[in-house]
Amino acid sequence: MQTENYLIRKASFEKLFNNLIGNGKTIYAPKAQEKRILFEKVQSFGELAEDYIVATNSAKSVVFPRTEKVFSYKKTKESTEIIDAANDTFPEVILWGSRPCDAAAFIPLTDTFNGDYPDVIYNKRQAKVYVLSFSCRKCDSYCFCTSVNGGPGNTAGSDILFTKLSTGDYLAEVVTEKGKQLVSDNSSLFETKPEESKDQNLAQVETYFNQEEIQAKLQNLFENPIWDEKSRACLGCGSCAFVCPVCSCFDLQDEAHGSKGKRLRCWDSCGFGLFTLHTSGHNPRETQGARWRQRILHKFLYMPNKSKTAGCVGCGRCSRSCPANINILDTVTSL
Amino acid sequence: MKELIAKAAGLLESNTVQVVIGYGQGSADRSRAIFITQPSDCEQLIFDSRCIQNLAVYLTKAEIKKMGKPAIVASIPVLRSIVQLAAENQLTNDSLVVLGVSPESQLVEFESLAAIESYLESHKIEIDEKYRKIIEDIKAKPVAERFAYWVKELEPCFKCYACRAACPLCYCTRCTVENNQPQWISVGSHPLGNLEWHIMRAMHLAGRCTDCEACYTACPMSIPIHLLTKSMLQDVNENFGSYGSSISKPNSLSSFNPDDKESFIR
Repeated sequence: MQTENYLIRKASFEKLFNNLIGNGKTIYAPKAQEKRILFEKVQSFGELAEDYIVATNSAKSVVFPRTEKVFSYKKTKESTEIIDAANDTFPEVILWGSRPCDAAAFIPLTDTFNGDYPDVIYNKRQAKVYVLSFSCRKCDSYCFCTSVNGGPGNTAGSDILFTKLSTGDYLAEVVTEKGKQLVSDNSSLFETKPEESKDQNLAQVETYFNQEEIQAKLQNLFENPIWDEKSRACLGCGSCAFVCPVCSCFDLQDEAHGSKGKRLRCWDSCGFGLFTLHTSGHNPRETQGARWRQRILHKFLYMPNKSKTAGCVGCGRCSRSCPANINILDTVTSL
Repeated sequence: MKELIAKAAGLLESNTVQVVIGYGQGSADRSRAIFITQPSDCEQLIFDSRCIQNLAVYLTKAEIKKMGKPAIVASIPVLRSIVQLAAENQLTNDSLVVLGVSPESQLVEFESLAAIESYLESHKIEIDEKYRKIIEDIKAKPVAERFAYWVKELEPCFKCYACRAACPLCYCTRCTVENNQPQWISVGSHPLGNLEWHIMRAMHLAGRCTDCEACYTACPMSIPIHLLTKSMLQDVNENFGSYGSSISKPNSLSSFNPDDKESFIR
């Protein structure tokens, strides 16, 4: 649909928030805590974090929870009953305060879950998520969205994008039918579009590289000492993958309790040594260097080759969270 | 600093060691562990207040071991981990050269691992008053409240295992959480799985943890898991003697002494 622009007053956000909660929607938003800002379920407007670049964790758990039931079963003497989670009803979720990078990440994530077959659970969750993003007015040295075809005011992946203007009020860009529905449900809060454009109200995110150039370079870099060099300090944890809004690998685990149990899908990470370990004891990605190469190639070569969208939105979370200060931007720009 | 750089370069030049593990300039004004193989690159070594990662973690990593004999830049927390690794037969006098850095940032050299242990006699582990108070308050809660406290604190854990990966004493090549036949610990990061993991992690460090806080520093969610190990350090101290690792004395929790005051084991 054609983007529709409105003005929304700063003071109207609380009303909007309360209306959405009142309509029975669950709201996930960055919440300020002692030493962190996390996307979490919020109950009241006052809980919302105000000053943040991005939350520490990503928002992907609203469509791809870190641990999620795929099915449960009950065994009796005669038969086994399977209760498929694909038949479950999922709640309507408002993602509030996501950044353009968070929103953009839903595009490759949705592609992945609709690759070989459509993942019913993912799609049912995704259909009920409304993405209300806020443009970035500041960034830090970890941010590189503009190098991966994103931007601090990009609308891709959002249902509505709010940009704070010089007056303190906000431009609301309504991008999708879902966004339009929210506007019509709360029409009194949305006024005629402002004169001011959003462009001068956005963070200046430096462009460090060009995604297409990196993709071309990576074609011939499978055997290269850079992978060992750049990953030498890597501790082999899954922090980078788990804070990443695009990483989608999971591991299926069964939890049985007597005659009943459930199958869970749990986040997994290519940084773990166990990730590709064969039963024989052979591991095709035996070193941390081989695992780091996989991470970079998957995001910047395999994914764009397959679905045109890179597997990285430049949010910089992985680098911020890395306990060993391994920096994805540093690796990519030194190729 | 100049002394440290010269010493490190000399060790590489004479081929006494093949790699120097130290701190260098990282990204975003953070420090990063660096692995130097050329004497001229020793100029990259830095040491300042940003250098808090416990480098001892790299001493047992397969990728780093392959590089040859290391020299390691070791502040007090790193020295403590080295002694504990030695006590667990993971290091010997021949396996590394330790470039100690005193709290005054002065280079300290050691003749042997036992010499590090003696040096640490004057740098004993002390649990901060701030933490003593927090732990005391948690312990004073009724059981149900204390349980609820930990369930809530551990809620953000998504099991990236950064705590395990950053800990110099979590060097097992296969962790109990990775055992799936039978599965001892739930893999899922739900309340039970998270409790099981963090209790197990803490318990495996009982009598071994040297209070470096690497687990907490590494946690991307800033979960106060170091409170568990600090509390355990206090318990071990009260029940088994003083804080601190020892190469010659047996480990607190994995040794049996017929004169132990408890009677249940006899």
